[in-house]
Amino acid sequence: MTLKIHQDHSRFKQIVRGKIKANLRKYVQKGEMLGKKGKDAISIPIPFIDIPRFKYGHKEQGGVGQGDGEVGQQLGPGAVEPGDGHQAGQGEGDHALEVDVTLEELAQILGEELQLPRIERRQNERIVTQKVKYTGVNTTGPESLRHFKRTFKQALKRQIATGTYDPKMPVIIPTREDRRYRSYKLQELPETNAVIIYMMDVSGSMGDEQKEIVRIESFWLDTWLKHQYKGLESRYIIHDAVAREVDRDTFFHTRESGGTMISSAYKLCRDIIQADYPKSAWNIYPFHFSDGDNWSADDTRQCIEMLRNDILPQVNQFAYGQVESPYGSGQFIKDLREAVGDTNNVALSEIADKDAIYASIKDFLGKGR
Amino acid sequence: MPKSLTPRLAALRDEIHGYAKEFGLDFFDTVFEMVSYDEMNMVAAYGGFPTRYPHWRWGMEYEQLAKGYEYGLSKIYELVINNDPCYAYLMESNPEVDQKLVMAHVYGHCDFFKNNFSFRHTNRRMIDDMANHATRVRRWVDKIGVEKVEDFIDRTLSLENLIDQHAPHIRRNPDPQRAEEEAKSNERVEGFKVNREYMRGFINPSEFMDSQRKRAEDEKQQRKRFPERPQRDVLYFLLEHAPLEPWEVDILSILRDEAYYFAPQGQTKIMNEGWASYWHSTIMTRRALRDDEIIDYADHHSGTMGVRPGAINPYKLGIELWRDIEDRWNKGKFGKEWDECDDLRARQAWDKKLGAGREKIFEVRKHYNDITFIDTFLTAEFAQQQKLFVYGFNDKRNSWEILDREFRKVKNKLLTSLTNFGQPIIEVVDGNYENRSELLLAHKHDGQDLKSDYARETLRNLQSLWRRPVNIITRYDGKGALLRYDGQHHSEKKVEL
Repeated sequence: MTLKIHQDHSRFKQIVRGKIKANLRKYVQKGEMLGKKGKDAISIPIPFIDIPRFKYGHKEQGGVGQGDGEVGQQLGPGAVEPGDGHQAGQGEGDHALEVDVTLEELAQILGEELQLPRIERRQNERIVTQKVKYTGVNTTGPESLRHFKRTFKQALKRQIATGTYDPKMPVIIPTREDRRYRSYKLQELPETNAVIIYMMDVSGSMGDEQKEIVRIESFWLDTWLKHQYKGLESRYIIHDAVAREVDRDTFFHTRESGGTMISSAYKLCRDIIQADYPKSAWNIYPFHFSDGDNWSADDTRQCIEMLRNDILPQVNQFAYGQVESPYGSGQFIKDLREAVGDTNNVALSEIADKDAIYASIKDFLGKGR
Repeated sequence: MPKSLTPRLAALRDEIHGYAKEFGLDFFDTVFEMVSYDEMNMVAAYGGFPTRYPHWRWGMEYEQLAKGYEYGLSKIYELVINNDPCYAYLMESNPEVDQKLVMAHVYGHCDFFKNNFSFRHTNRRMIDDMANHATRVRRWVDKIGVEKVEDFIDRTLSLENLIDQHAPHIRRNPDPQRAEEEAKSNERVEGFKVNREYMRGFINPSEFMDSQRKRAEDEKQQRKRFPERPQRDVLYFLLEHAPLEPWEVDILSILRDEAYYFAPQGQTKIMNEGWASYWHSTIMTRRALRDDEIIDYADHHSGTMGVRPGAINPYKLGIELWRDIEDRWNKGKFGKEWDECDDLRARQAWDKKLGAGREKIFEVRKHYNDITFIDTFLTAEFAQQQKLFVYGFNDKRNSWEILDREFRKVKNKLLTSLTNFGQPIIEVVDGNYENRSELLLAHKHDGQDLKSDYARETLRNLQSLWRRPVNIITRYDGKGALLRYDGQHHSEKKVEL
């Protein structure tokens, strides 16, 4: 069925998309949406789609409310609705519009704006996974899925019907028959698997600013690859002179002092691939970030050897991002460029500051591998 | 697309209709249509109408409604159009008890639309007119192009609230006086009548003629100061005086028409929602409810009546106020004797068995709007019972907090928020400001400053219609300020008020 409003609706979406696109560079740099990331969608504030009018600032205005509380008591968050609620004919919100955009859609916008090619899948093997979908309410089920409101309502109905409900002592006791449970079905989802192996140098020369850049950039890399693959896994490796695998949170928030041995990370990366991700079933993406300062020329030689022999033949693309820092010599990318720069599944990018993230994403994803 | 009622629902409608009549409600014919939830969201996005002119904001509205429904945050139960006949919508998936409740609620609204004085001049053929508006706008889209038309609508919407909210009716024809005055200003200065040509220099000496000419010139300048009195209906002023293309005039007048149509609904929100809620609750609990429906009814009803601490729920405040009035007039809790009684116990036990409550509320629903309703009937006792308070923003704590529970302040705040819809009052004071055809608006400052980023954006939109620089006099932080946008730059300067 098509509704007349779909025209207006798609026009609205088009405008929103345009606004997001126009501001994408800003969003990318600031990473201002990252904090609000939900499960599948994020809220993006859209500047000025709200129609401007002569009006009062709500904060100056205040208003009349209803309920308990002493004078001076704070009203909880969300208690104050900007404007007077939502009524057809005179809806008037006071807030900048926040639009929920699915990561899927965001990835598309990113793709269009950066003119990213679709990734060529190396593996198309379909692996099936199962997903739970809640479909209704049933009279039987596990206690963990009990629907409390329905159960309560059922009990209330029964007590009133049988005359055991006492308004003066409104105690409701559900019996076995009153209980209601959510019911679900299992859905089968086909998947194509991919893994991202993030590596980051956490030695003393990588400061907070550098890590922030890595964090923002990896969000976009994640988003794009998730758009391309269902069932994306991520692994995280941090290293200074030694490497270890950590969880996502630790990855972004660890700071060590001491030297840098990049080879330690590549070794671990190689081992992880060998152990868990056979080339035949997985699309593999190692991303490495550092400030380009390695311990020794010898270690760099080891890195390149490992890349050539063990890693590059296994992966869809190996990417190295060099984040500029006041301490780093920035030598490593030059060495890589010389040694493997011509290899077509290698992407190298220098990221001077947050402004450069935008272009860097294109360096990484522009090859469509 | 909307369907007519099933036989079962038609029978229920007849039943509810009967109760509504029995209780004395008086309404236009009311047509109920069945819609899916998707259609309901669409109609709601369109402000209740099946068709509106094409614009993205309906899509935005739709998106928000649909999302609210999907997340289970909101559900539109009832939608009714002030039209003759009234149109109302029932959602297909609702249980029977909800349908009955909605029907009862709708009859309350329809009675209110028909009888409240604020609606006396509203267009009762608005469904047709909205459809005509849509056709007209579509035609312009075909001719002028969608970008230009949409852009113009965007800019005009920004001025939509600049109408005379409390005008009894919408003025449609341009001022006939204007043409007359223009003709007058073109008269030539002739001096006294001269029979013999040689006498001319004596009868009309050149100094005299010069002064006459100058006076005529001054008068003309004077007349060019328009409007003579400040004009609240800024949109009307633009229609008359802005250098607009014919298609722009047409669209502007459409948007103005619609703004006027919705104005009375904004002015009677608390009364109207309260009245409809009062009647659905009366009809349901006294007549229509079956025993097995009580719980669902109570669940739904209490959902509608829910309050959040930082907002007024017009359904809740309205129904309570109607009930309070009914109770007071039943018991005779009004008049000199009541006002002068300060014995608390006597006041509580007060019952003169007057029984005039029902009659009183029917009278009130005729002659009041939200402002006079609150002003006349919101009593200190009521405010206390309902736990009303004034809240405001505490900058130091960066949060909203309860400021006061004092009755006077609560009432004043409530009245202020209702005045002019809670919108700033803005007038055109000069259409030839500085004698340079600039537009000058004035904001009647009542203690609250305009939101300045919005004001600037709005000026920008206004300028694009007026095509010459535009100005507004307002006040920021207690000091007079003249905001100006000349088409390229914003500026602000201090002015003495």
